[in-house]
Amino acid sequence: MLIPYSMKNCFQLLYNLQVPAAGFKKTVKNGLIIHSISNDVYQNLAVEDWIHDQMNLEDKPILFFWRNSPSVVIGRHQNPWQECNLNLMREEGIKLARRKSGGGAVYHDMGNINLTFFTTKKNYDRMENLKLIVRALNAVQPQLDVQATKRFDLLLDGQFKISGTASKIGRTTAYHHCTLLCSTDGTFLSSLLKSPYQGIRSNATASIPSLVKNLLEKDPTLTCEILMNAVAKEYAAYHQTDNHIHLINPTDETLFPGINSKAKELQTWEWIYGKTPKFNINTSFNVLYEQSHLNIKVFIDIKNGRIEICNIEAPDHWLPLGILDKLNSSLVGSKFCPTETTMLTNILLRTCPQDHKLHSKWNILCEKIKGIM
Amino acid sequence: MHQELLRRGAGKTAALATRVALATRSAPPLGIFCSVSDQNLSESVASSRSLRFHWELQCQDVSALRGQVVQFKLSDIGEGIREVTVKEWYVKEGDTVSQFDSICEVQSDKASVTITSRYDGVIKKLYYNLDDIAYVGKPLVDIETEALKDSEEDVVETPAVSHDEHTHQEIKGRKTLATPAVRRLAMENNIKLSEVVGSGKDGRILKEDILNYLEKQTGAILPPSPKAEIMPPPPKPKDMTIPIPVSKPPVFTGKDKTEPIKGFQKAMVKTMSAALKIPHFGYCDEVDLTELVKLREELKPIAFARGIKLSFMPFFLKTSDKQKNSTMHVKNFNRDQPRAVGLELKASHNIGIAMDTEQGLIVPNVKNVQICSIFEIAAELKRLQKLGSVGQLSTTDLTGGTFTLSNIGSIGGTYAKPVILPPEVAIGAIGSIKCFHAIPRFNQKGEVYKAHVMNVSWSADHRVIDGATMSRFSNLWKSYLENPAFMLLDLK
Repeated sequence: MLIPYSMKNCFQLLYNLQVPAAGFKKTVKNGLIIHSISNDVYQNLAVEDWIHDQMNLEDKPILFFWRNSPSVVIGRHQNPWQECNLNLMREEGIKLARRKSGGGAVYHDMGNINLTFFTTKKNYDRMENLKLIVRALNAVQPQLDVQATKRFDLLLDGQFKISGTASKIGRTTAYHHCTLLCSTDGTFLSSLLKSPYQGIRSNATASIPSLVKNLLEKDPTLTCEILMNAVAKEYAAYHQTDNHIHLINPTDETLFPGINSKAKELQTWEWIYGKTPKFNINTSFNVLYEQSHLNIKVFIDIKNGRIEICNIEAPDHWLPLGILDKLNSSLVGSKFCPTETTMLTNILLRTCPQDHKLHSKWNILCEKIKGIM
Repeated sequence: MHQELLRRGAGKTAALATRVALATRSAPPLGIFCSVSDQNLSESVASSRSLRFHWELQCQDVSALRGQVVQFKLSDIGEGIREVTVKEWYVKEGDTVSQFDSICEVQSDKASVTITSRYDGVIKKLYYNLDDIAYVGKPLVDIETEALKDSEEDVVETPAVSHDEHTHQEIKGRKTLATPAVRRLAMENNIKLSEVVGSGKDGRILKEDILNYLEKQTGAILPPSPKAEIMPPPPKPKDMTIPIPVSKPPVFTGKDKTEPIKGFQKAMVKTMSAALKIPHFGYCDEVDLTELVKLREELKPIAFARGIKLSFMPFFLKTSDKQKNSTMHVKNFNRDQPRAVGLELKASHNIGIAMDTEQGLIVPNVKNVQICSIFEIAAELKRLQKLGSVGQLSTTDLTGGTFTLSNIGSIGGTYAKPVILPPEVAIGAIGSIKCFHAIPRFNQKGEVYKAHVMNVSWSADHRVIDGATMSRFSNLWKSYLENPAFMLLDLK
């Protein structure tokens, strides 16, 4: 998409204001620090996308602070079924987002600070950014034992993870973002990032679970505000730029033309679930029906979030083969999603013979199938 | 002629000759023309004409053949990364790519990298499959780039209309060199190639040149000021004939797209096919809702105080139920069974409401309407609508319906021919209530009053319900709605 020059200037203008009026020396590096006023994970991810796509960051890096309302964010090539408890998320109204950078799954809430370092591809250096954060933390609390690991994590006291990293490299620009655990709900985090789904086989990037801790637990003075200001100060000093955090509104089309359609794209089913690498499910479960236990076997192949091959096997004395065949063939091509499956199985029921027992068996089976989606 | 042919033949490479030979199959390659004897000259002239015609048509392929196949190597990603995993391909063999198009997504140690093409051309080979490890410095894809200067000369201007000057090669006697991809870009942005300064080899216009040209266009937000069009007065025809404007027929270049029917849609196909096996008959009527409109206005604030926005639907549902006979609430078990099982008159009247959601048609039902008050029905409708909008309707909500009402009127329309949802035996489609566009009607006294009229269309299974039954049902439904006070009499 070609952005007319004058539109590009909107955010660029703000950005250019950072250039000192009195000439420029080659050694002077400049930067811009921004903070999103929105807590919507999709809008904030869209800002990252926009800056990455639209801006020329030659010698003018950007630091972006953002926080989200409770959401789970998975990496670009991850499998949400493998990474988190989707059923729990649906019950609790926790959003699921897929970011464009790699890496593992994380839980965001207002007690977690996200930092994004935008640079040119040449100046991409994750360790440098992490060292900056460590200096900032030590400036606030010199006794704090925080170290960056080879995996670009930040560990507190040598064992607790307080920050995870991911990045995206494009043609000319790159960004490195990381979290900073300040006062996140730790128990909720553990339960959300634990998948209950069995029998998944996939090549998607798997997350490596770590023991986490909040900085606030270590030291009650380390609030989100204090931490953000500390990092901003360190960044400003390092890049010799103004220590001023500009507030930005991610829904402002005049500032970021085209950003709302980016945010919309990030919310589509096709992006969040459809981008899951090919995987299959090979599992079985027991169904209790009139005091007897029945074993149902399930083999499902899923590609682009849609069912490619569906083989649900149930004892044929319980459910006639014809009915099972109908269910299996109808599910092929449909989204691996409980909503779509509910609608599909209900409407199919109308074409089945009208028999109470059959209907109740069908409903029991379908509820179980939906439970693995 | 012969000499001309000779000259042409000599100027071409063997590769071209081979290609052309392959294309035409019948005519001998140009190179061989040199040795054609005079006796066969006329023959060869004729075949050379057809050859040249084929040659012009094959120009694209010919020029492509003359392009080089370039090995696009995986460039350095930074941070000393030597290997990455290929996670997604954005192209496949045979695809055409332009410079800067995304080719694939690779991942290395938490970094997701988008690899973009350095060239315009056609993808000839992918070196890796998904989840393979790719190495920096080793080939990633083969791209057949469009050949340089030579091919521009070979692309002969065919008789086909080059419909605008953007693609026209020779402008003011100077050939503008640009690849087809760059030309397309220029055309899409309404740029005359003659106005762009080429920065490539031999003044060739590159993609960057187009982008720079666009950047210089200031005031792009404002729509271009309309050109002052001075229409010269039409010349007075001397022979009184009216000149017929000759307009070029618009060229439509859209392509048909095949979309397979998947998932829920497929299930709908099955259900609707089954539904249409039912012998439907329709019955339509008008209902004067003037009184009901007044009643609803009175009841709205009370319902609102209890947290419910009162619509007309609860009234429609309740009156569908206030029938002496429950013939409407029947499950037809006769279909497709060799032995007729008969009808089951349902004790629970669960009236379904057809809802239009993002995923498609969904019909949740209100259970036991026979024992619910209008307020209770309204509350239940609110719950179902809320769940329906977020796609969280349960199986219980969606099964067990005995009768359906479709409120298509909320979108628009007057009369409909609704399709019965098996295994039910009847369905009603409610048209829009002309609330804001009331129509004049005569009352009993012959006075004109403002009436709010709504149309309803019923469909019923003629194997089970006859015309008289339907008519009586509809009339009773209508009378309750036209005179809400009557409902009180039969209130249970």
